[in-house]
Amino acid sequence: MTEEIIIAGFGGQGVLSMGKILAYSGIMQDEEVSWMPSYGPEMRGGTANVIVILSNERISSPYLKVFDTAIILNQQSMDKFQSTVKPGGVLLYDPNGITIHPTRTDIKIFQIEGNKLAVDMGNTKISNMIVLGAFLKIKPIVKLDNVIEGLKKSLPERYHHLIPLNKEAIAKGMDNLMSFKVNEPSLS
Amino acid sequence: MSELKLMKGNEALAEATIRAGADAYFGYPITPQTEIIEYLMTEQPEKRTGMVVLQAESELAAINMVYGAASTGKKVMTSSSSPGISLKLEGISYMAGAELPGVIVNVVRGGPGLGTIQPSQADYFQSVKGGGHGDYKLYVLAPSSVQEMSDFVEDAFDIAFKYRAPVLILSDGLIGQMMEKVYLKDQKPRLTNEEVIEKYGDWAVTGKKGRERNIITSLDLQSEKMEARVRRLMKKYEKMEKEDMRFEKTLCDDADYLIVAYGSSARISQKAVELGRKKGIKIGLLRPITLFPYPKQPLFELANQVKGILSVELNAGQMVEDVRLAVEHKIPVAHFGRTGGIIHTPEEILEALEQKIIK
Repeated sequence: MTEEIIIAGFGGQGVLSMGKILAYSGIMQDEEVSWMPSYGPEMRGGTANVIVILSNERISSPYLKVFDTAIILNQQSMDKFQSTVKPGGVLLYDPNGITIHPTRTDIKIFQIEGNKLAVDMGNTKISNMIVLGAFLKIKPIVKLDNVIEGLKKSLPERYHHLIPLNKEAIAKGMDNLMSFKVNEPSLS
Repeated sequence: MSELKLMKGNEALAEATIRAGADAYFGYPITPQTEIIEYLMTEQPEKRTGMVVLQAESELAAINMVYGAASTGKKVMTSSSSPGISLKLEGISYMAGAELPGVIVNVVRGGPGLGTIQPSQADYFQSVKGGGHGDYKLYVLAPSSVQEMSDFVEDAFDIAFKYRAPVLILSDGLIGQMMEKVYLKDQKPRLTNEEVIEKYGDWAVTGKKGRERNIITSLDLQSEKMEARVRRLMKKYEKMEKEDMRFEKTLCDDADYLIVAYGSSARISQKAVELGRKKGIKIGLLRPITLFPYPKQPLFELANQVKGILSVELNAGQMVEDVRLAVEHKIPVAHFGRTGGIIHTPEEILEALEQKIIK
């Protein structure tokens, strides 16, 4: 099994840390992992993306052009990465702030209201874990137990009291995944 | 027992430096390698092993601190990225001339000038064709994974002390910034002066009590003596070529075409090889692990087997010259690479091979 994923959004949305938790979860189940960020002058508010690969084989290139899954959290990233999903692949996105929705009919498209649900839960910082939960509902490539172990490894100990909240967010994401159907173009 | 972690290349290199029993690190921040000094400052190795970590006032100060500490037989490192390495070249040439061991790390970014902070391999010429002035060479190790960022630190110190010569670890922004699994080696103790003398000889300036004084200098105003020194350096480089040249071959046994690539380009090319093989094109990959000494002989031999070679580098065509020299124009050799911080994709590499070599 090899899963090649791009996660993209604004800096500050937890794009890089979602990728890191996913990578750590992969390590917890003895897989090969790579995490390749778009590092740059962008800080909070700019765009950020990370390529995460989990595989049971040695990973060759950490940098890719096409992906099994794209997780998209803002419009710029939708514009840039919709076309990079392999035919038959998965596009998962948070519709918050998206005005031009995906149009491809050769991939599976899902929505998760990560931002809105996080506001409902009273902590906007948790939205990335809601999105991660939705992704794991579509593709259960890592076991939930291993995500929790991965969280323990990637969070400093002073934040370990937040792990139950993260677990709750992942469950929220799993429960609120919606599939998205692209409308056939109409002439009206 | 080794320890498994998920780390950035830069962090893995920094941790490996502590664990290799290094005595000191002197550096100055610059993207994309700042995590090295950041990690060392946070980790406070002076409490773990007594290792000194110091942010110098400039790159020039840092390399000259390395020169000074290395003169006393200490294991010392400095790191920077391209423009910073340009500043260090004077000191590196002096270290080669004065026959001092030391490890220099270059996490390359796009150039020339201030260029960009994104990954590049445009410092190949600077690394293997001098860079600084005079007749000297650097032993150059090119890691292509986070694991090698860690492993090559100890290898670099071993070579530096074996030959009493500066060693360069040539990485880039991609390998420095990415995270992968890494197995960290156990902590090695720092060596005492007596242990250094026993292991590597009594050449350092450690106080002359009980012996003739040792002199560390790169200056020799008597031409005959200076020529003798240059000849001694050349003998070292010959020995490096005989004993310490490193490379890796992947799927070369039945290959009709060959890609030559190092560091991050080797990783991306590996995927291009996989894509090509799926299409039925027999491609092999030769990855130079040391850029000096260069794997000339293995390339020369492969030139009798393959129909053409593509040199894949994140630059406008540098290593391709060494590939051509190695195969002595027996077969077509072409270059493919992106610049300015753009990273080539596996698909682009395969397409370039098809267009430039297979045709």
